[in-house]
Amino acid sequence: MHSKTLAGLSAGLQAGEFSSQELTRHFLDRIAAHDGGLNCFITVCEERAMAAAAVADERRRKGEAGPLTGIPMAHKDIFCTDGVRTSCASRMLDNFIAPYDAGVTERLQRAGMVMLGKTNMDEFAMGSSNETSFYGPVRNPWDRERVPGGSSGGSAAAVAARLVPAATGTDTGGSIRQPAALCGITGLKPTYGRVSRWGMIAFASSLDQAGPMTQSAEDAALMLGAMAGFDPRDSTCAEREVPDYTATLNDDIRGLRIGLPKEYFGEGLDSGVAAAVETAISVYRSLGAEVVEISLPNTHLAVPVYYVVAPAECSSNLSRFDGVRFGYRCEDPRDLEDLYKRSRGEGFGDEVKRRIMVGTYALSAGYYDAYYLKAQQIRQLISDDFRKAFEQVDVIMGPTTPDTAFGLGEKMDDPVTMYLNDIYTIAVNLAGLPGMSIPAGMAGGLPVGLQIVGNYFDEARLLNVAHRYQQETDWHTRMPSDFA
Amino acid sequence: MSLDKEQVANIAHLARLDIRDEDIGAYAESLSSILDLVAQMDTVDTAGVTPMAHPLDMAQRLRPDEVTEDDQRERFQAIAPRVENGLYLVPRVIE
Repeated sequence: MHSKTLAGLSAGLQAGEFSSQELTRHFLDRIAAHDGGLNCFITVCEERAMAAAAVADERRRKGEAGPLTGIPMAHKDIFCTDGVRTSCASRMLDNFIAPYDAGVTERLQRAGMVMLGKTNMDEFAMGSSNETSFYGPVRNPWDRERVPGGSSGGSAAAVAARLVPAATGTDTGGSIRQPAALCGITGLKPTYGRVSRWGMIAFASSLDQAGPMTQSAEDAALMLGAMAGFDPRDSTCAEREVPDYTATLNDDIRGLRIGLPKEYFGEGLDSGVAAAVETAISVYRSLGAEVVEISLPNTHLAVPVYYVVAPAECSSNLSRFDGVRFGYRCEDPRDLEDLYKRSRGEGFGDEVKRRIMVGTYALSAGYYDAYYLKAQQIRQLISDDFRKAFEQVDVIMGPTTPDTAFGLGEKMDDPVTMYLNDIYTIAVNLAGLPGMSIPAGMAGGLPVGLQIVGNYFDEARLLNVAHRYQQETDWHTRMPSDFA
Repeated sequence: MSLDKEQVANIAHLARLDIRDEDIGAYAESLSSILDLVAQMDTVDTAGVTPMAHPLDMAQRLRPDEVTEDDQRERFQAIAPRVENGLYLVPRVIE
């Protein structure tokens, strides 16, 4: 059962081959058997999941089931889940039982999906390796001495090892696409505003966006359809109809114009990754797409701009964690300032503290223009690069990451080396565009991701383009042999 | 761009973060290397470029000024570190 996609499981449930309770039990058993060696889950909700599965089976019996009703899934532990610990992989929220559901949580629950638990991640989604988690690193199911990527590393590894058929993730600078690439799964970061941010613990509010992490583009289409839509509780959520993403999956892509940014194929790109991506592009050529070279001249500035904008927004967002209303509080505070400082100093990990300090510095009196304003201006230039490119092409393709999964501990000593891992993904968040990573071959026994970037609200086309590739290739069906 | 220990201690204070003295040096080093990365921005002439605060060209939505939330004080305070009679307790501020 676990090698089936969402679409396959949906058909199986519909045909009565198995019940949601059987399916849920099966995946809970897989988590119990395999997660010890991977650490994908922070919390597993066995009783709650079995109860939800029973409700789903009842809904199906009454003829009220939708395509996702009764299918198990997991939420990244950044989404508030009413009555369930929502830790954001931080000591700060280790004791935080969310008193409400996130918009995404509500929607997927309404669709009848069964939440099995909450997945591990980098603390407050700050990291690219899942090593900043308070609960320890997640291991890559393809090679357990390597990282799964981050920050949605638990979700990516869990889907790759088929411990869940699908999971949610969030992406501020690559946190869905980069782990999807490193774990060999399909991940989609929608257009900024497509999915509600309500109840999704904020890191950098002008960049954060939630999306599906699945085995295939078809599954991502099914899940995005259930996740997306207007939510008045998120002031930047787009008031825009959600198309049926599954309806256009098989559209012909002859004549599709694909742009390859020359800046994404230069120095620093691993040769094995480059070869896999080029082979994937040749598949698109054979499907009738036109491939043209384009330029995104400000690409090299995306990481520097991001490390002003994201920390600035994070320093503001994370000021709410003060040890007063919820979350961690230090022992025996001397006075109010001591309470704030020690609760935050002890509650946050190193990387989170670094980013809060960078942001605090960039926003402090006398430095605002040199850092924050300057970064916002270059952000505009980066966004203009994409606007010009999309006058010429329909989608942009390139590698998701410069290399395959790196070793545990390899990049933890130098934050800047870690940051450069997101060099191809970060600009997409700055511009607010939708981006996807799909499995596109292997290099040295490890998965390689192909990134596909689309114009604003063009998720249907991204999914169509990804799906057509997955009809021609079987990389997305490969799974690590230890978990077969 | 390099930050010294004193600057880092001041930033930590502004951010209300307690950083142990023995860790200040390591933070000074890593924050300095991040600021070096960020300094690449200085190579770009941005005169006349409108700053982009947000990816979507949208105006803030307004809604009628109506009560839409129920009182859930007890529920929210159930997860607070310390409360008493519906109030959040912190160390004494006014003697």
